[in-house]
Amino acid sequence: MERKYHISKHCRIDHHGVLYNGQPLSAEISTEFSIFSKAFYYSLGTTYPKFFKMDNLSKLAWLGAELLLKEELSKNIAIVLSNRSSSYDTDLKHVHAISNTEQYYPSPAIFVYTLPNVCIGEIAIRHHLQTENIFFVSEQFDSQLTVNYCNYLLNSNRAEKVLCGWVEYLEENYKLVLYLVEKTGNLAHDLNVVRQLML
Amino acid sequence: MEELKSELKAKIIEALNLEEIAVEDIENDAPLFGDGLGLDSIDALELTVLLDKDYGIKVTDPKVGKTIFQSIDTLAHYISENRTK
Repeated sequence: MERKYHISKHCRIDHHGVLYNGQPLSAEISTEFSIFSKAFYYSLGTTYPKFFKMDNLSKLAWLGAELLLKEELSKNIAIVLSNRSSSYDTDLKHVHAISNTEQYYPSPAIFVYTLPNVCIGEIAIRHHLQTENIFFVSEQFDSQLTVNYCNYLLNSNRAEKVLCGWVEYLEENYKLVLYLVEKTGNLAHDLNVVRQLML
Repeated sequence: MEELKSELKAKIIEALNLEEIAVEDIENDAPLFGDGLGLDSIDALELTVLLDKDYGIKVTDPKVGKTIFQSIDTLAHYISENRTK
């Protein structure tokens, strides 16, 4: 018999602000991600100096994950994320850093973020997760793939819960939608609900 | 030498994005890695780039790096004796 799962929490971060389970959180709205992300980080009351060393994609993913996982006791949480632009925002910064052949000084701190799944690593380190994870890159969020993959992880007991979603950042344009799937929750984990969350 | 130490602290804060640390928070003899500023291996690479870029010092031997990156004191001492910029 196929088991049914639920979405217990979800959040959204974009230029319009921050939503947690559909309710707006007070956060500084700014056209500049650096200003917004810093203000929102401090509003969370978490002390994590490494946040300031992350690239923007990781900062965005970290902030969303902090909202959903801060109170979580389980460490058996898999992560399934996706986006459109991969790590291109940071790739561009790396290209800029090495474009001057006479002043050729690649920055290790930038270079380490030239892969999109590094943001999953930052979440895993913060929340002590040593679990399954994957990062898909596609033009749009693939609801069917993500729902199926999440159900597979849960059905096969590879994880107790799965953090799923979309984390997109490119040149000040950003959008994050994350949701946590587990056995209990207020929303059904099905295609229609996931598609609604992603709108 | 004191001027170089202050300059180094400011450069380290900027290069390593130490958002919540001010120049006056860094003791000259405090360890930069581990319990001190809590720097990591990527920070060590970034410091190596900083030495090359700003002081013309190429650190190629990891053992030398381990010695000179112990504190602001050891770093400033090494720079003052080996800088080409």
